[in-house]
Amino acid sequence: MIYLDHAATSPMPLEVREAYVEALQLVGNPSSIHAAGQHARAVLDDARVRIAATLGIDAIELTFTGGGTEAVNLAIKGLYWARNAGVAGGGSAGAGSSSHAAGDGHAASGDHAGVAARTRPRILVPRTEHHAALDAVEWLEAHEGATLTWLEVDELGRLSLDSLRDALGDGTDVALLTMLHANNEVGTLQPVAEAAALAAAVGVPVHVDAIAAYGQVRIDPLPHGVSAVSISAHKIGGPVGVGALALRRGSEVVPLLHGGGQQRGRSGTMDAAGAAAFAIAAERAHAELDDRASHKRMLRERLAEGIRRTVPSAVLRGAAGAIAVATDPARAAELDALALPGTLHLTVPGAEGDSLLMLLDARGIAVSTGSACQAGVPEPSHVLLAMGLSEADARGALRITLGPSTTVDEIDALLAALPEAVERAQAAGLAGQVPRLGRLP
Amino acid sequence: MRVVAAMSGGVDSAVAAARAVDAGHEVVGVHLALSRMPGTLRTGSRGCCTIEDSLDARRAAEKLGIPFYVWDFSERFRADVVDDFVTEYSSGRTPNPCMRCNERIKFAAVLEKALALGFDAVVTGHYAHIVSDAAGNRELHRASDEAKDQSYVLGVLTTEQLAHAMFPLGTTPSKAVVRAEAAERGFTVAQKPDSHDICFIPDGDTRGWLADRIEPVEGAIIDRSGATVGSHDGATSFTVGQRRGLNLGVPAPDGRPRFVLEVRPRTNEVVVGPREALAIRELAGQRFTWAGLDPVASGITQVDPARVAAPAASSSTAPAATDALLAFDCHVQVRAHADPVPAVAHVAGGELIVSVREPLLGVAPGQTAVIYVGTRVLGQCTIDRTVSADEPARAATGASTAPAADSDPASATLVGSAAL
Repeated sequence: MIYLDHAATSPMPLEVREAYVEALQLVGNPSSIHAAGQHARAVLDDARVRIAATLGIDAIELTFTGGGTEAVNLAIKGLYWARNAGVAGGGSAGAGSSSHAAGDGHAASGDHAGVAARTRPRILVPRTEHHAALDAVEWLEAHEGATLTWLEVDELGRLSLDSLRDALGDGTDVALLTMLHANNEVGTLQPVAEAAALAAAVGVPVHVDAIAAYGQVRIDPLPHGVSAVSISAHKIGGPVGVGALALRRGSEVVPLLHGGGQQRGRSGTMDAAGAAAFAIAAERAHAELDDRASHKRMLRERLAEGIRRTVPSAVLRGAAGAIAVATDPARAAELDALALPGTLHLTVPGAEGDSLLMLLDARGIAVSTGSACQAGVPEPSHVLLAMGLSEADARGALRITLGPSTTVDEIDALLAALPEAVERAQAAGLAGQVPRLGRLP
Repeated sequence: MRVVAAMSGGVDSAVAAARAVDAGHEVVGVHLALSRMPGTLRTGSRGCCTIEDSLDARRAAEKLGIPFYVWDFSERFRADVVDDFVTEYSSGRTPNPCMRCNERIKFAAVLEKALALGFDAVVTGHYAHIVSDAAGNRELHRASDEAKDQSYVLGVLTTEQLAHAMFPLGTTPSKAVVRAEAAERGFTVAQKPDSHDICFIPDGDTRGWLADRIEPVEGAIIDRSGATVGSHDGATSFTVGQRRGLNLGVPAPDGRPRFVLEVRPRTNEVVVGPREALAIRELAGQRFTWAGLDPVASGITQVDPARVAAPAASSSTAPAATDALLAFDCHVQVRAHADPVPAVAHVAGGELIVSVREPLLGVAPGQTAVIYVGTRVLGQCTIDRTVSADEPARAATGASTAPAADSDPASATLVGSAAL
């Protein structure tokens, strides 16, 4: 199988798997007081320190979660509740306050009196966020009195700072800004530092969903104004079900989970083995980051060039797509700094992305239409619609994401299979829209 | 062959897919997402009915070791089946959405997509049997298990659609055999209950569902003489043959119960009358198709040279060769689980006209009449008009689309020269 869907999940390298299996043999709950517990705790704490180092933060600022989605939910809901519970903190980094988890969750009880009393109801959110963030903010809107201010993106999928500036106002009624570091579908990097500076100027905390970017590009040091950063292990070869929230000193969240208080902002037995495996994957990704990035960039350019040659009707999207058509080398270099190295996104007119996916799958090539969370029932990507594409164009989406193990031969195999798949998918796309069979003349 | 197995999550389609695998075909399982649940958040909708059905289908595909995908046909399904259902009802007709789904979705949109993607056929768990004659022409026949036979809802399939359909359960003696086979194969759905009713009305309350979608307007209930005998809250909530819920203010002269004979949405009238008036002796429809070779090519009947289509009948939807067919003996079935009734059919003036040999009750415009010769499905028509058994002369009763032209009285008499 040719696996070109690393953004969905990236295979676990042998070194990580061995460390994981070894750590799974540990006896002891990291919270237990006896020697076995202390031993497990040491493994966990060691992992925490090593992962924190990749983000340039202190260990106390890293809370392990059961995956990326939990981290995003903890950040968004936790910050929203904390900002509306009259608790200190939650502001920009260095606002200074206790580093303990805030509140006992009463603010989250959602009775109408509580909802009506929100002093900072607004959440600023770009239209192109991952569903982990979108569904969380929409839940807060539906149940917790939040009001959403949607932020616009440009045709590359990059947040408009003007849109953010307008939305921030004086910041007094804003609970938080949540934004991606890199878009998970088209791979466009976001102006995190600039956005965080604007937010910090008016005291609005920022959550950055860095799940797609972590380990692909350097996100250390975290810019001033960023209160929380979500990351996930399995996108970089770690285990599924392990994530973390970097929660800066001075920022507080109301927990989602109650019971035991094992970590700052999160209850639940801590996963020492998962953390250990995550730490190895994270260290490897960061030690090899530049080499991996240039390897993926080379393959991505080969792929983009090949697609332009063999499937001229396809449109390459996002910053990486724009590089392929940029004529000015200076502009290309500028765009290159805005693109994840291993993501290439395209749309094929008249085809359904899921037909392309299926046809390539039949040839043993695994790709995606975008977010794996939408797999099953394809809907036009909200990211592409926000970038200005029509629903029809958005339906023909295909996302190819490369990993450190991806080879030139694999890229060439995809390029060899693509033209026929496109031709068939375009024929099927027409049939799906207006079938000829079953209709009387 | 490379085939798509449409897998609903039920036991039948799982076993059908398994048999296609056993037969040596290259099988890809496909679950059709046909409806989307309304939601305030992103519609995480899937599955015709439930997420559970989708998971059941996936599990069966996993067990078979075949690739599995979900194809979203919810927009087409809404337009071609759900909206059509509402439109038909609001026109006073009684449609069969399962037939429409087979006609427009499973063996149209899905089949066409499959063909375009390089597949040769669509496999389903329908109980019906396809046989080929000596020349390779395909015929659709009733299933071996008469109780489960679903040839009625497949009666809309044309030659081209049949050429790419595969029904591996058609010759299975009973559903019990299919369940036993499913259990043997380790399918978790072996004992899953059969689905009933209309898939997009999960609670089975069709009236309530329609009432939410068709604005009811009060109107008159009249008898066959035109005299007002009561009032109603909306004509479209009545179906032909209905007795309950009429709340008639004026009793029938003979004191006998009255039934809905006809719904006239245009004038918002409901016509009631005695039970015997429900019986029809003729039905006809302009929208008809042949399932495979037409009756002439099949040698069942001949074209009547005296009645070959006049230019006036150029609006006919039938192929010219089958316009003005000499009559042939057949059986007609008007509902999925109704008994077939002996009849004589012919084509004239662009209509398929079926005269029944015994009175037939509860036939409403919009229903599909499927024509059988023995076990073979010959074709079908959507009923536009009917003629009551006690009506003295042929007249259009009901459908606003009833053709006025070419009402040759002779056509209502039984010619009965069929070559059977």
